[in-house]
Amino acid sequence: MTRHHTINAAISVLLGATLLAGLCFTVLQATTWDWSGVWAYRQVFWRGWLNTIWISLAALGLSVLLGLLAALGRRARYPALRWLSLGYVELIRGTPLLVQLLILFYVVADAVGLQNRYAAGILILSVFSGAYIAEMIRGGIESISKSQLESARAIGLTRWQTYRHVIFPQAIRHVLPPLAGQAASIIKDSSLLSILGIEEFTLAAQQVNSATYSTLESYLPLAIGYLALTLPVSLLARRLEHKFRYET
Amino acid sequence: MNLAFHDLTKRYGGHTVLDAITAQLDFPHVLALLGPSGGGKSTLLRVIGGLESPEAGSLTVDHQPVPTMQKPLRVYRSKIGTVFQSWNLFPHLDALANIMLPLTAVHGVEPEAARTRSLELLERLHLNGHAHKRPAELSGGQRQRVAIARAVAIRPKLLLFDEPTSALDPEMTAEVLEVIADLKSEGRTFVLVTHAMNFARTVADQVAFLAHGQIVEQGAAQEFFAAPRTETAQRFLAKVLKY
Repeated sequence: MTRHHTINAAISVLLGATLLAGLCFTVLQATTWDWSGVWAYRQVFWRGWLNTIWISLAALGLSVLLGLLAALGRRARYPALRWLSLGYVELIRGTPLLVQLLILFYVVADAVGLQNRYAAGILILSVFSGAYIAEMIRGGIESISKSQLESARAIGLTRWQTYRHVIFPQAIRHVLPPLAGQAASIIKDSSLLSILGIEEFTLAAQQVNSATYSTLESYLPLAIGYLALTLPVSLLARRLEHKFRYET
Repeated sequence: MNLAFHDLTKRYGGHTVLDAITAQLDFPHVLALLGPSGGGKSTLLRVIGGLESPEAGSLTVDHQPVPTMQKPLRVYRSKIGTVFQSWNLFPHLDALANIMLPLTAVHGVEPEAARTRSLELLERLHLNGHAHKRPAELSGGQRQRVAIARAVAIRPKLLLFDEPTSALDPEMTAEVLEVIADLKSEGRTFVLVTHAMNFARTVADQVAFLAHGQIVEQGAAQEFFAAPRTETAQRFLAKVLKY
């Protein structure tokens, strides 16, 4: 790095820090802190946070399953399956989660008689996330060289045996790091389920907010609660990436 | 061993690689497929191995027709040992596991028996101490010998070698050719596609010379090298043996 660049970088950092500090100062100045109201509702936060955890875990499991099915569908022998998988992935990835929640919850879930809002919410979140995971898995599968598939054919492995002994053990190294990143996305995206009245972390904070009329005291713990979940997951993703990069 | 082709035709796109080959090839143990690049010898080997299906015509291996339906074709492939130019080992498995996989997954050999058989083979191919190395930790010559061990372990009725030394330097080539020569003295039967003419000359019983998708000439190896009958083969040999 040249001297010129160093000075530029230093000025940028200084400027950014000053702005941020100024903003924080203004906000905090304007706030008269009152944690007592929020503290009384700590159980609501806690329950919401726990709900977010299990909802995210359930959605992660289900979306891996959906993603796997869609990725295999893209490579299926039957064209109808291939088109179905492609349609699913492109449709879901091309529309916002919020729009999917509105349509799938108020129209589709209603039409098929799915009453349980938790089940519906988890299902929609999984459908959304599964489309992204499908692409990760597809990338992992396609990272296996043609010559290996040829070898698998030559020794007489069936299609399923080829997946089991050759493709999956190698693809998983490519898929795990981005999958950990996707887990963090699911945790964050689950906050949108609040609009369906699912009592997860964000809805809990909103409830506390409307009960206590305290804004920052309600939403600051909310941000920290999400970070407490996503930071370790991101760290894990980074470590996996590092590990698999040097092992092959 | 007898290989019989009837009107065997293989095309890639608009290009005819095997052009209605009709021939009978009889050889006690070793057949070499020779000829210029693009002449169709690798493709013929792959058709014999059941890795490519011909567009037209048929072939029999030891008087048994090569199946065309998917499932019997897979069973057929599993009984043939194929060794590729670039070894095609599975990179996530160590040498031992590479050799064991077809035995346990396809041929129903018990893991312990498969292990013993694979370790014996590794020792015979001078690979003691390399059993637990992955392909990336082995030299090219070692990888190719592991690939040969994998092909031999299943006790195939026929072995196929597709330019097994083309990707190797001279020293490694020598290692691998030595192993292949040993296989012949063990009485194994194989078809070999190679550019190593002197090796073909010493190891092959019979030669088929391919050019332009046709078997232009066939005969006993000694006679073929001493006095090729067709002009194409004469020119080819004069050219490749010149230096």
